[in-house]
Amino acid sequence: MRYDPPTTETEPAVEAGDENTSAPDTPAVRLRDAQLSYGTRSLWHGLDLDVNPGEFLAVLGPNGSGKTSLLRVLLGLTDLTGGSVRIAGEPAHRGNDKIGYIPQQRSLQDSLALRGNDLVGLGLDGHRWGTGLRGRRLRAERVRRALRSVNAEDYGKKPVGLLSGGEQQRLRIAQALVADPRVLLCDEPLLSLDPSHQHRVSGLIARQARRTEAAVLFVTHEINPVLPVVDRVLYLVNGQFRIGTPDEVMNSETLSELYGTEVEVARVGGRLVVAGAEGEQHHHVPEGGQE
Amino acid sequence: MNRLTDALSRLFEFELTGELLGYPFVQQALLAAAALGLVSGVLAPLVVTRRMSFAVHGTAELAFTGAAAALLIGFSVGVGALAGAVLAALLLGLLGQRDNERDSVIGAVLSFGLGVGVLLLWMNPERTANKFTLLVGQIVGVSSSDVTLLGGAALLVLVVTTVLYRPLLFASVDPHVAAARGVPTRVLTPVFSLLVGTATALGVHVVGALLVMALMVTPGAAAIRVTSSPARATLLSVVFAEAAAIGGILLSLAPGVPVSAFVTAISFGIYLVCRLVGRMRISRSARSATAATA
Repeated sequence: MRYDPPTTETEPAVEAGDENTSAPDTPAVRLRDAQLSYGTRSLWHGLDLDVNPGEFLAVLGPNGSGKTSLLRVLLGLTDLTGGSVRIAGEPAHRGNDKIGYIPQQRSLQDSLALRGNDLVGLGLDGHRWGTGLRGRRLRAERVRRALRSVNAEDYGKKPVGLLSGGEQQRLRIAQALVADPRVLLCDEPLLSLDPSHQHRVSGLIARQARRTEAAVLFVTHEINPVLPVVDRVLYLVNGQFRIGTPDEVMNSETLSELYGTEVEVARVGGRLVVAGAEGEQHHHVPEGGQE
Repeated sequence: MNRLTDALSRLFEFELTGELLGYPFVQQALLAAAALGLVSGVLAPLVVTRRMSFAVHGTAELAFTGAAAALLIGFSVGVGALAGAVLAALLLGLLGQRDNERDSVIGAVLSFGLGVGVLLLWMNPERTANKFTLLVGQIVGVSSSDVTLLGGAALLVLVVTTVLYRPLLFASVDPHVAAARGVPTRVLTPVFSLLVGTATALGVHVVGALLVMALMVTPGAAAIRVTSSPARATLLSVVFAEAAAIGGILLSLAPGVPVSAFVTAISFGIYLVCRLVGRMRISRSARSATAATA
């Protein structure tokens, strides 16, 4: 008779920790004097940023300020026009196994021939050539572990198209986590979720990132759902940016300076209300801001 | 009407069927059908997932145009169909990169190709039955060199599909995350179009240009109804496509009815059954879901 240690639940964390201690000082993301421009239009320049393992960074700013472009740079899909970018010590490149990616919630086709297991498994090796018939058992084990970490074991065998938006988004988190990434890039993952699901999904991302010591870059236009879990904020506006704790950045003075206009930030019952900047977007969209 | 009852009465003359199976041309036809069933069965679930049914139709029409051109200049019909389909795949891939345009691009290209094909057939002085069979198929006309071409092309498509399978599936079911993970989705789209084009050209030989969807689309659509496992869907789709292609030929032998009538009937029958089974499956899982949340 074999006695398995009862703490299989914590195994991934231990593994990830080991991997990390091999290079304790290496930031998960390092940008140095980074610049990105399209033609003559500069999105941002002189961007220096270190994001440490386990840190949660919210990336905020109006449409067209280059939030999504920043993610594309880290994913190796867009090249910087100046400066350097490193992911866990290596230059950014396409198909990076050290990065997990959580997209906006878009409902998957109802009729898709795909189960939860398959979706998560694609996050592990979907970018590799071949059929993937070899190493199926190990793959299944890792997929199961990822599903367990987001409490979605039940979705493994279910057709993804029949799951709700919140359930699909939990699968997305498992899909991003399954390869044990050092960096989690989240591109508005809360969009089109209701507030209770927003809260649950952002909490889940933060917990899992801390557990696995992965750095999180969380692009969002709404800071409130993630405010309780944010360590630092990167706020981008018209080529300008500020980096700091939520208190340092999300105040009337800093945002007024960034936007170059009167911006009022108030705390109302633990929520941040920003008036004069983003909140006004519905009435007058800033230049180049249709997306 | 008499013709139909006459043909149907011969449907169960197994002796005649057995006798016909002894002929080399029938055996070649069955080989060709088996190769086609395998290729189209493998591709069909991806075609359905990528919503390319109409593209298959458009590609088939241009394969017909290519075949008509080959017939006119006295060249191999198989090669002509292949050339037409590859050209169509490239054209659709180039012009229809944007989602919202693809539909109309196919419509425009398809109708023009069909018109050219009709012109080419009209220019052809020969009054062979070949003309009609390009549209509705006549597999008994498959020569041994055709079988070699078909087998070679089928093998090529299968090998390429196997190598590309995972990224192709990823890009088909989950394009945004696939792109983020570095899957070259922009390259895969035209490559897959080429694979589909090649398979379609093979199908033009067997079921004809108008009915190629019975093998390239319907088996995949049917399989997806009854399973959500990509591997099982592919397997079932191959079984369905083989059943339609080989079964269609076997049934058509004794009555002497065009192959495509049986191929499409079998294919559609399987599809209807799968829809029925699928509906029961979904209502069952919906019930268990509400039971779980209650």
